[in-house]
Amino acid sequence: MAVGDVATRRRAGQGVWASLLRAALAVARVLASLALTFLGLTAITFFIGRVMPIDPVLAIVGDRARQDVYDAMFLQMGLDKPIYIQYLRYLGDVLTGNFGISIQTSRPVIYDLLHFFPATLELATIATLLGVFLGVPMGVLAAVNQGRLIDHVVRIVGLIGYSMPVFWLGMVGLLIFYARLQWVPGPGRLDIYFDGLVPPVTGMLLIDAALAGDWNVFDNALSHIILPASILGTYALAYIARMTRSFMLDQIRQEYILTARVKGLSETRVIWRHAFGNVLVQLVTIIGLTYASLLEGSVLTETVFSWPGIGQYITNALFNSDMNAVIGGTIVVGTCFVGINMLSDLIYRMLDPRVRS
Amino acid sequence: MTSPPVPEVPATRLRLHAWLLSDIPNTAFQARCQRAWFGWRVLRSNPIAMAGLIIVLSLILMAAFAPLLTATDGIIQNLADRLQPPSAEHWFGTDQLGRDIYDRIVWGSRITLYIIGLVTVIVVPIGLAIGVISGYVGGIVDQALMRFTDIFLAFPRLILALAFVASMGPGIENAVLAIALTTWSPYARIARAEALTLRNSEFILAARTQGASTLRILFRHVVPLCLSSMIVRLTLDMAGIILTAAGLGFLGLGAQPPSPEWGAMISAGRQFILDQWWVPTVPGLAILTVSLGFNLLGDGLRDVLDPKNASK
Amino acid sequence: MSDTGKPLLEVEDLHVTYATPKGPVEAVRGVSFTLGREKLGIVGESGSGKSQTGRAILGLTERNGTVTAKTLRFDGVDLLTAGKRTLRNIRGKRISMILQDPKYSLNPVMTVGRQIEEAFLVHQKSSRSVARQRTLEMLKAVRIRDPERVYRAYPHELSGGMGQRVMIAMMMIPEPDIIIADEPTSALDVTVSLQVLAILDDMVERLGSGLIFISHDLNLVASFCDRVLIMYAGRVVETCRADELDKAIHPYTRGLLNCLPRLDGGGETLPTLKRDPAWARDPVPGS
Repeated sequence: MAVGDVATRRRAGQGVWASLLRAALAVARVLASLALTFLGLTAITFFIGRVMPIDPVLAIVGDRARQDVYDAMFLQMGLDKPIYIQYLRYLGDVLTGNFGISIQTSRPVIYDLLHFFPATLELATIATLLGVFLGVPMGVLAAVNQGRLIDHVVRIVGLIGYSMPVFWLGMVGLLIFYARLQWVPGPGRLDIYFDGLVPPVTGMLLIDAALAGDWNVFDNALSHIILPASILGTYALAYIARMTRSFMLDQIRQEYILTARVKGLSETRVIWRHAFGNVLVQLVTIIGLTYASLLEGSVLTETVFSWPGIGQYITNALFNSDMNAVIGGTIVVGTCFVGINMLSDLIYRMLDPRVRS
Repeated sequence: MTSPPVPEVPATRLRLHAWLLSDIPNTAFQARCQRAWFGWRVLRSNPIAMAGLIIVLSLILMAAFAPLLTATDGIIQNLADRLQPPSAEHWFGTDQLGRDIYDRIVWGSRITLYIIGLVTVIVVPIGLAIGVISGYVGGIVDQALMRFTDIFLAFPRLILALAFVASMGPGIENAVLAIALTTWSPYARIARAEALTLRNSEFILAARTQGASTLRILFRHVVPLCLSSMIVRLTLDMAGIILTAAGLGFLGLGAQPPSPEWGAMISAGRQFILDQWWVPTVPGLAILTVSLGFNLLGDGLRDVLDPKNASK
Repeated sequence: MSDTGKPLLEVEDLHVTYATPKGPVEAVRGVSFTLGREKLGIVGESGSGKSQTGRAILGLTERNGTVTAKTLRFDGVDLLTAGKRTLRNIRGKRISMILQDPKYSLNPVMTVGRQIEEAFLVHQKSSRSVARQRTLEMLKAVRIRDPERVYRAYPHELSGGMGQRVMIAMMMIPEPDIIIADEPTSALDVTVSLQVLAILDDMVERLGSGLIFISHDLNLVASFCDRVLIMYAGRVVETCRADELDKAIHPYTRGLLNCLPRLDGGGETLPTLKRDPAWARDPVPGS
């Protein structure tokens, strides 16, 4: 009878299949976008690695290589062929994980990358977790107490954390916590005598040690990771706190919050179940972005802490003019970066009921 | 009942004040000045933004008046005087080659300004051009340009800069180019969004009926209106750009020694951190301060130019 | 006025002042009225303070606002000095408020059913299934044809009329003594708003609650309520029974009445309301 019922009747025809189809389309769209960006990334790295240098072969074999090595590489890279064929070859190589051989280690670059990646992953993960578990409550606290002291404190801490050169903070951190206070052990992931005690399952020491039940190794690994993760996490903390605060402020002044209060709900429930519930989806995207940034930003932190991750690998490759390694590392980190961004976007679309329908 | 005597205000100041506050501006110029004045009033009332503005202005002044503010050129070595702690003679102490750190910081501000200036000059015109054309023309051009922009949107700045520099060799210009490459996309998006909203507005239609060519419309009408959001975004991005540039400098990929680039100073001074902490610490504080200044200013500008964000 | 003899709500000399950068602004300036189990309409234009009055009663004025009054009493409880706990117990269960636009006043990421259940469960210790049962009954009571479907729906999937009915269901499920309806139909089309009003009327009659109907539409309020309060610039300038509105004495009320077009009007140009600043300043005639 009522006009409004027509609206729901129209939607009654959409069942499980329709929503599955919509979800599939959304995923397909994101994958297409990802593919396009990946292509762009390879194009750029191709340009940087093959087109821009005056002699791309020299960049790879080094200027002390023998002539026959040079010639072999020349043919292998297909530099006698036209550019687009070179690119297609390059693309083929990248897709099969063939990044060439590293000058420094004389191993296939992909092998090196797989070896060093887990360390960076572990660092970025712990740092992000720190950022989330400290930053989110800080942001909520600041928003709820807008204008009061705690709000100003959080804002200032956030601003400073986000303007800080991470590598410098790392140095200062080492100075204070390692040199002066001696609260944390020195560089590297583990003390030497713990090295190799735990079978590498994932490459991430904390997980591997937990899996093996070796808590001594776990403790040692934790003590090594805590400082670099905290330093790296400062940026995550600042950014997440800032964004959480901003999102919460947006939500708190919405009408439905008034409705929740009118219903007689406790302030805690109003803030966390209602306001924060609406912020959660946006936060996922932010956390994804942060994680991706940290993966990339760990390059500098690893240098300061001698952390054997991909960042350090790439910078060493840089100083040794190991072009294959640099390009390989760039593509892997770049792809992860792009992939995580897109994944968070996808999750956002799937979680927000307004976007879903 | 007479009112108390009004203090004498110079006639010219009164006139300027009245001119700025009058309800009905007589010329476009007056209207623009009024808007700028009100914007300035809002900015002035925000202490955080003012702090940021002061820091940024100090940076600019420091760079401009570097020869007047320093005793040396920051490059000449004086090994007898190396690693001196901060004192009255050397405000920030000296580094491992005896150079006064304060002087190097001041000269380094020129490099910082050069980097951000260069990035701005590359990123803003390209972003504007692509965004405005994309938004205004629409259709296939829009689709294609936006796909192109989106590809760059998700690129990792530092890593690509590393690769770039690996291939082209270290140097400020290469670092700037690398940074610019990964920074321009959001500006194209902003410009496009503005162009899309403006495309259908009446004054554009009026200009078209008067026979203005598309190019003229774009340049004289659309572009100026996009500028304010771009400026806000730029100021907010500036800190990130400075930090990336410093990171590159730290890795030795930016300005080469003996150039007093702040990131490179940190790297060079790293080994002295235990006993001569001032050598790497001071440049780091400089970077922090400048980044902070831009962030504060950016927040303040956003409040001025986008009032609905004012509570944040 | 009320059938129990004692008024449910007593408001005397209510003031709501906001601290703004330009100085204190008084949104409500000395409003007084009583409410029994009847329908009271509050009419005024934007800025007259009518919504703020409603919020002050619930203790939900914004943080930079101060509420003072000689009396602000509900069923014997002094709302001005009541603790947070007491106020929370009153909100929803004893006094409830229906907001204007369901597009904004419902939580977008929670299903409608959960939101209504929440209103029920916060004041009644009960199981989820009982709450669900009650919710479905409530949805039927507001004449929603497919309560199961709406129960599972999200607010943005509903039309305006449905959303308001959900709002009514949500605010009535704890069976409050007073309902404040703040512009409940202003965001709806005319036909839909008549249906929603009919439902609201029905529910209020069934529960025997008091109703404060806030609106800018004098005609609507007059046809719906028993008594009417006219507000201007934060003050009550006229109080009268709805059926005696044409006997109103204050020039603002007369002005409003004259502005309304009538079918038997005669075809002359409608007069426009000329506002006299004296209405905001001077004491109200007859008070």
